[in-house]
Amino acid sequence: MSTADAVTGYSVAASAVSLNGLRKIYGDVVAVENVDLEVRAGEIHALLGENGAGKTTLMRLLYGLTKPDAGSISIDGATVSITSPKIARAAGIGMVTQHFSLVKTMTVTENLALQDAGFFSLDLAGARRKLLALCEEIGLEIDPDARIDSLPVAMQQRVEILKALAGGCKVLILDEPTAVLGPQDVDSLLDVIRRLRDTIGLSVILITHKMHEISQVADRVSVLRRGEIVATENASGMSIASLTALMVEGVQQEIVETGERSSQGTSVLAIKDLTVHLRGHDVISELSLEVRRGEIVGIAGVSGNGQSELVQALSGVFVHQTGEIHVDGKLVKGGSPSAFAEAGFGRLGEDRHASAVSALTVEENLILDRLHFFSKPGILLKRKIRKFAEESITNFAIKAKPDQAIGTLSGGNMQKVLLARLFGERPLAAVVSQPTRGLDVVSTRYVRQLLMVERNTGVGILLVSEDLDEILELSDRILVIFKGKIVGEVARKDFDRIAIGAMMAGV
Amino acid sequence: MFKVKLRIALRANKSWWLSPVLIAIAIIFTFIISSAMIRWAGANPFAAFKYLLGSPLQSKFGITEAILSATPLVLTGGAVALAFRAGYWNIGAEGQLLAGAICATFVGLHADGIPHWLGIILMVIAGALGGMLWAFVPALLRSRLGIDEVVTTLLLNPVALLVVTGLLNGPWRNPKTKFPETQVLSENVFFPRVYPGSRIHLGLIIGIVALAICWWVVGRTAGGLKMRAVGLAPGAARIAGLKVEKTLFTTALASGAIAGIAGAGEVAGVAHQLTDGISPGFGYTGVVVATLAALSFPAVLLISFVLGIINVGSFSASRALSIPSTIGEVVQAVLLTTVVSALVFMKYRIVLDKGKHRD
Amino acid sequence: MIETLIGIIGATLRISTPLVFASLGEVITERAGMLNLSIEGTMYTGAFVGITVAAQTGSLTTGLIAAIIAGAIVGCIMGFLVITLGVNQHVAGLGLTLLLISASNTANRILFTNKDGMVRVDPWKPFDFAGPIFSQYWLTYAAFLILAPALWWLLWRSGIGIRIRAVGENPESADVAGISVARTRYFALALGGALMAAGGAFITLAFLGSFTINIINGRGWVAIALVIFGRWGIWRTVSGALLFALVSATQQQLRLVPALSDLPFEILLALPYLAVIAGLAITGRNVPYPGAYLKPYRRL
Repeated sequence: MSTADAVTGYSVAASAVSLNGLRKIYGDVVAVENVDLEVRAGEIHALLGENGAGKTTLMRLLYGLTKPDAGSISIDGATVSITSPKIARAAGIGMVTQHFSLVKTMTVTENLALQDAGFFSLDLAGARRKLLALCEEIGLEIDPDARIDSLPVAMQQRVEILKALAGGCKVLILDEPTAVLGPQDVDSLLDVIRRLRDTIGLSVILITHKMHEISQVADRVSVLRRGEIVATENASGMSIASLTALMVEGVQQEIVETGERSSQGTSVLAIKDLTVHLRGHDVISELSLEVRRGEIVGIAGVSGNGQSELVQALSGVFVHQTGEIHVDGKLVKGGSPSAFAEAGFGRLGEDRHASAVSALTVEENLILDRLHFFSKPGILLKRKIRKFAEESITNFAIKAKPDQAIGTLSGGNMQKVLLARLFGERPLAAVVSQPTRGLDVVSTRYVRQLLMVERNTGVGILLVSEDLDEILELSDRILVIFKGKIVGEVARKDFDRIAIGAMMAGV
Repeated sequence: MFKVKLRIALRANKSWWLSPVLIAIAIIFTFIISSAMIRWAGANPFAAFKYLLGSPLQSKFGITEAILSATPLVLTGGAVALAFRAGYWNIGAEGQLLAGAICATFVGLHADGIPHWLGIILMVIAGALGGMLWAFVPALLRSRLGIDEVVTTLLLNPVALLVVTGLLNGPWRNPKTKFPETQVLSENVFFPRVYPGSRIHLGLIIGIVALAICWWVVGRTAGGLKMRAVGLAPGAARIAGLKVEKTLFTTALASGAIAGIAGAGEVAGVAHQLTDGISPGFGYTGVVVATLAALSFPAVLLISFVLGIINVGSFSASRALSIPSTIGEVVQAVLLTTVVSALVFMKYRIVLDKGKHRD
Repeated sequence: MIETLIGIIGATLRISTPLVFASLGEVITERAGMLNLSIEGTMYTGAFVGITVAAQTGSLTTGLIAAIIAGAIVGCIMGFLVITLGVNQHVAGLGLTLLLISASNTANRILFTNKDGMVRVDPWKPFDFAGPIFSQYWLTYAAFLILAPALWWLLWRSGIGIRIRAVGENPESADVAGISVARTRYFALALGGALMAAGGAFITLAFLGSFTINIINGRGWVAIALVIFGRWGIWRTVSGALLFALVSATQQQLRLVPALSDLPFEILLALPYLAVIAGLAITGRNVPYPGAYLKPYRRL
């Protein structure tokens, strides 16, 4: 592995990390292709791109979580083969993802000491000293004896960063660090990142799809589109508009017209002043919206702006949830999935694996939420169930047998079963969250068509998706969500990708 | 340097021959491990296994005794399988069986002058009630307060035995013999023999019927589907609007009732009195049965019979080869351990990693 | 009255000793994210191996060491089942308990069938000189004065302790941090098993001087309840063991009270078990189970 294909386009003296011609292919999907990226020592380098543009794959390659199919990585000018996170850390690369790798029941100090504990030896005092020294150097305040689970998320994130620094990290990868933060914490995190660069000369790779973060902290920015770097520029020279254009340019722009669109029906779902208080701040604040009969209302937004919470709130699960939810003009009382179901409201959760009992059969999963309808008196009506299952399989083009375990189905077919369960109940209104996430092209198209068909039969659908194209394609109206609030409404005739993208970025 | 490493990976596709092959491997391992102990006891393992498995099958008497020995296991195994299906870890079948035996004994001691058919029905009801009663507290603690049922059901087992000995040393002590055992119960409550010339009694029929009902309920009713969903994926069941806690509670009581009937059966069908040795661990063996049967009710019947054979065979082996009769329990426990270990490979396979790692 | 009280206190310390050993062993195991239901069988094995080796060698200490080694081996077998193979922890633990109890009983009969059926040793003599409260076996002192503080140090102040807690709470993080989840869990099971077996050996070597069938009689299950009651902490678990022992000691004394002699003593014997269940019902709600409790960890 010593002879590197160390082809470097441009090599400035102070290059901390450079990626040379990296390629990674999953199955027949090209995740990243021929990526050259150079991060200089002591710079904040933003990596911008839409969901699925390949940002995460790139960073997994750099952190040794997956192996490249081609290309090489060099650190401080020397080519390194990074095959595990351990090697990455030894090479001075640290990573903080949205899923913190802290042990929640331990204190800050213990989490730091864990990394270099011997069999018996455990240097808590040393770890504490190191932590306090680091904090002093950067200008942070953290209680070294606080238990992680007693700290707010923003603080936990800092601990995660400090842990990486204590491990000798020279290049820090931050994977969408602000996605988990409340608005007021974002600015202070950006401030911390800036200080890390200025005080200890840390190189930071900031993965994001939020434009304003780039203009606030980044020195340079690289834009990733469909697995390729399309531009690397000085951040100061880039306007938000030009970045947005770079990010979305050429990505499916056409808006397909499907079916007749008339949304003059009565209101089937009305949310009034919904506020959800979570993790110390309002993740949704005084949100109101309305979905009428036979229309699809898309919620567009950068992930982490309250979409998941909105979906969950529509089953009333949050303790700190205020506001009213009306289905078909009637107030839904009682915070449980069944109360909403009885009101005629259906829900497709964002994680299909958590919604299906994988060892049960397709037909059993299909009827699980209304057993009373398929049993008499308590005895399952085999024939009725089978008939319903077969109808569902035909109507929803599910490739499965009724008595096949749902866990053996492909993602697309499993999703169709869950959609069949949802729409088989003839709900008046429904919320559908990330309906095509992780599905192949054919299934995606099918699921979208299906949503259109249900809309045309009169169901009012609230569509939550991180895929802006999906929202543009399906929605009659788009509501843009930002920091837990609806910040804009766009009617179909006025759909404009760039304009909506700007609203999503909070401009 | 080449490194060869064994690794466990998910198995992609399952072949029909897989489970029989795995079980055969488990049986071979059981034989090898048990043989060590048998040899140590000074006997030839082949001879010992011939007695353990073969001798009960060589005579009609042996077969009927094996069936008799399997009778309580059918019920406790079914009880445990039912609870496990819903993800409720009822390991208190032993205590529930004893509680059922106590309640049945109470009926049996006060059954003078009632018709035989009524006596039998009352025994079954009493057994079921006793078992349910014993299952009630852990079920309540689990469904209302979320307290781990494993510990509470286990702890109530020795308590049930203490209640039995307390009664036998106190109010129920046999007035004639002064032994800590009840007097012989009223004949009005005896379970009738169902096969002439043997000790097989009504309990077997009740057990088979109970298994059939469990099988039917779990497979064919809405309640059973709820149980399976809750047992397999409580989170998804909750999302679908099922009442997880209520399902657990109901299942726990049903499981207790079935185990309790096993106790009634032992009192009314075999001992005809209550002794402190009424159960040599039938409840715990129920866990073995249910697990070996992979929680399938028809398989519970088969496994009960197999373990019944080993029970009877262990006494023959003990007599013929003068080895301890407890060897049968060892074989059963080893079998459980090897089978559950082998069945892991239904889901996983071992792969050989021949990776090139440069040092 | 004072004498009764002193008697109760002395008995409390004595009765709690095997429970302290066993429940602390379970604390270590569960802190690593595993439920070890083989505890009852491991204690049984410890009781049997301890006295058998002691009788053969004439040395109680050798017996104790043998029991400890046996317990560690059992822990490793449990580890093979639940860590390497990934067998369900309930089933593996219970299966091992059944196996160990039946194997001990069988071995007992094989070894002592030609003799009078029961091996006896002279148990450790207490420190009689100090009066009835302090007249305890040295293992009792060891449990409270050495074992508990040592385990506290191990769990909270040592490298292996922090690793045990890390793999029990969040094995994914531990793995990313370069800790071998499997090795750490094996260690926890072996150490825990050794302690459980030592607790069992205490009963034969110090209490009774002999081995009888059903000698553990649910003490292992009590120990598991004490761990929940003690919320996986060393001192709370020790306190729980003392509380349980106090109830046991009190009921032993109550049996001597003439006014209560009509009461079946079984009711009193059942009292400690019921107290544990009641204790769980009161304190066991929303207890912070280790994050990875019962969850096998496998990197695929």
